[in-house]
Amino acid sequence: MRNIEASDITQAVARLCQQANFELGQDVLQALKKARQQEESSLARDILDNIIKNAGIAGEDKLPLCQDCGTAVVFLKVGQEVHITGGDLYAAVADGVCHGYTEGYLRKSMVSQPLSARTNTGDNTPPVIHTEIVPGDALKIAVMPKGGGAENMSRLAMLKPGAGSKDVTDLVVQTMAEAGGNPCPPLIIGLGIGGTAERTMLLAKEALLRPVGQPNPDPEVAELEEEILNRVNSLGLGPLGLGGTTTALAVHAEVIPTHIASLPVAVNLQCHSARHQEVVL
Amino acid sequence: MDALAIASPINAGVIDKLKAGDRVLISGVLYTARDAAHQRLVEALDSGKELPFDLKGQTLYYLGPSPARPGQVIGSAGPTTSARMDGYTPPLIAAGLRAMIGKGSRSPEVKEATRKYRAVYFVTIGGAGALLARTIKKAEVIAYPDLAAEAVMRLEVENFPAIVANDIHGGDLFEQGRARFQRDSI
Repeated sequence: MRNIEASDITQAVARLCQQANFELGQDVLQALKKARQQEESSLARDILDNIIKNAGIAGEDKLPLCQDCGTAVVFLKVGQEVHITGGDLYAAVADGVCHGYTEGYLRKSMVSQPLSARTNTGDNTPPVIHTEIVPGDALKIAVMPKGGGAENMSRLAMLKPGAGSKDVTDLVVQTMAEAGGNPCPPLIIGLGIGGTAERTMLLAKEALLRPVGQPNPDPEVAELEEEILNRVNSLGLGPLGLGGTTTALAVHAEVIPTHIASLPVAVNLQCHSARHQEVVL
Repeated sequence: MDALAIASPINAGVIDKLKAGDRVLISGVLYTARDAAHQRLVEALDSGKELPFDLKGQTLYYLGPSPARPGQVIGSAGPTTSARMDGYTPPLIAAGLRAMIGKGSRSPEVKEATRKYRAVYFVTIGGAGALLARTIKKAEVIAYPDLAAEAVMRLEVENFPAIVANDIHGGDLFEQGRARFQRDSI
């Protein structure tokens, strides 16, 4: 058994919220630079240059990469030999979000109730927390500030079990065509395939944590990722949807077992401001 | 093609010349408004009340910035998705609004209103809020302070980069751009 102080978790989450909002990952930056080299539209190249420049300015000025500092989505991998002391785990995470967003001058975008009383909670809490119990005595925390524009274009479909990869590809292409410029392309497309409705939606989001462009280890899935990427980039939407050959930077698909009657497919889109940072305590 | 420097409020003669795909650098005054502020502006128009600022000839920027650090003019300041404003936009254009800045495409009703009343819709770079913040020289909340990040602000900008998406001649860069680079149908 290993003790981890709740206050250490709060500090770590606060730091990750700020770091994720100010610093674009090197993997994302490299993918953007590569796309800039290959892009056929001059307007789109100009837009990509500005997006790359924005990342530099955000780091320099400690300004958020995007004014939408997102819902704080927090992934916890809790070792089963970990004992949290000095407070409640989820309260510690929420405190971290409150401190990170307040002290980092990040935009607070959470409202307390989604229907009539859309009152801002003032500190970007509550976070959305996903917890997984894993072997070991470490606690891994990943913070993903998820913007509304791309999240709003998510999709879940329960396909027929015999549908296969062609229908999965068509679904993603259709989703992208309808989303147009709204989710701030170029995107990273998170794809969950299998499981149940709620499990595959989470799988699609978890897929976004993978380093950009790292293929799925399963060759069949990696081939599907590439096929979808090619189809999506053939749509012509381009950066911001204004035309071009760079609509997506990568497709990350994850596949899990499912029911004999089902083929659930979830699409979770990530804008080019693909922000996530993690730490192991 | 080089970007065209234009002043805001935008002169009607300039509006007439802008074409979908033109790059511009805007200097002058912009007013910010998002969903909640749009709702209030349209409610005020509907009930014949005075608006908190004179809309005639002005430019609206769909922005809810992050908070300014001490010593900074504004926080990160990029556009939000314009489609959410579509329902409110035609009456505002009819009331004199001349230009809008956001991201993403517009509804047929908004496009029709831009043609009919000679207004223009610009897109700026979604997700480049830090870069855009550097072009904002002054920012002041002028209405609905209770809306916090969604309050209406008066901004003074210098060389704010934007691209004409919908012009008064019916040009639509979303359709034109996509048609030019599409290699595959759905």
